[in-house]
Amino acid sequence: MSVLLFTIIVLLGAFLAGLLGSLTGLGGGVIIIPLLTLALGVDIHYAIGASIVSVIATSSGSAAAYVKEGITNIRIGMFLEIATTVGAICGAIVAVYLNANYIAIIFGCILIFSAIMTLKKKVDHTTLDDTDRWAKFFKLNGSYPDKGTDHPYAVKHVPAGFLMMLFAGTLSGLLGIGSGALKVIAMDNIMRLPFKVSTTTSNFMMGVTAAASAIVYLHRGQIDPGIAMPVCIGVLTGATVGSKVLLKAKTDKLKIVFAVVVTFLALQMIYKGISGL
Amino acid sequence: MAASKENMNDKDIQVILGTLLRAGVIISMTIVLIGGIIFLIHQNGVITDYKVFKPELAGFSSISAIFKGLLTFHGDAIVQFGILMLIFTPVARIVFAIFSFLIEKDYLYVLIGLIILSIITISLNGGLAH
Repeated sequence: MSVLLFTIIVLLGAFLAGLLGSLTGLGGGVIIIPLLTLALGVDIHYAIGASIVSVIATSSGSAAAYVKEGITNIRIGMFLEIATTVGAICGAIVAVYLNANYIAIIFGCILIFSAIMTLKKKVDHTTLDDTDRWAKFFKLNGSYPDKGTDHPYAVKHVPAGFLMMLFAGTLSGLLGIGSGALKVIAMDNIMRLPFKVSTTTSNFMMGVTAAASAIVYLHRGQIDPGIAMPVCIGVLTGATVGSKVLLKAKTDKLKIVFAVVVTFLALQMIYKGISGL
Repeated sequence: MAASKENMNDKDIQVILGTLLRAGVIISMTIVLIGGIIFLIHQNGVITDYKVFKPELAGFSSISAIFKGLLTFHGDAIVQFGILMLIFTPVARIVFAIFSFLIEKDYLYVLIGLIILSIITISLNGGLAH
């Protein structure tokens, strides 16, 4: 395949991945990696390197908008970034010792899990009980603006949330994804943050987390300009278009269709991984 | 009075942070695009092979190699430079946050920012990659 043809195919695939990733809330990374490995036969190490770059681009781009609106809790974000960056570097280091087939299997499992998470009905766990010692010490409790009024919230179970973030960061570094699904679990279910705050703060943290592992990947030669270039341009463009469409479209039915497609991709990756062992 | 002043500061910081992130993404992606076009013009017709991961073939896999390649005006080096700028956009965000917490006299978060920065500095040690 010529370089030009390869670039065009990857560019289109990445655009699609960015679009679907933003419409479903799964993120572009989890879709571009199966596309590259299954459809184009790219080694998963290259796919991960390209994907992590696109994660930085999309998360920084959308974080810019959220931060200005004042919904993102910068203190919670920075506090938890200690956990995600340590995890991300560990994940990226471990990745070199793991056989590509094992990475594909783990990736497939996380993909299925993320797809289920996007379909699950969200339960609001928000609390005003601000007695958590850690939350007080780190000044994590806050409020966010919505339709002109301020909504205060309190943070619970800080150590457990921190540990979950360490895990989320490790998977992000290992698989080259944003691991938004895990971050949202840590913040919604464990730390009891409101959805708006958890999703925007998780997005805010992704850039730094991905940067930490991207540097390791860069030094290892996993970030190849020929793949990373079309992937990050395509995913960013797709995600930008997706976020514009998202405001108008009803995504409930779309989500079910995409979840089925993503699960199919995930099973393919697991199958490929197992048969390659 | 003190609370409202603090909120003002927080709001300003948020706007600057947002602008910094957006500018970083736009500038670095423009560089990637320009590098990509140069890369395609020069590489057209060459067969691609990414079937097997060959780290030893990676040309621009360190910051110094990228800067050297930049001087020779190689398309792929320019792409890598854009990617490097993209990687450092969130890092610049941390540096900015450290300064803004310093102005707010929130020393706990100055410390947290410095911790994150040192973790990332550790990842800059190329030895970790092998």
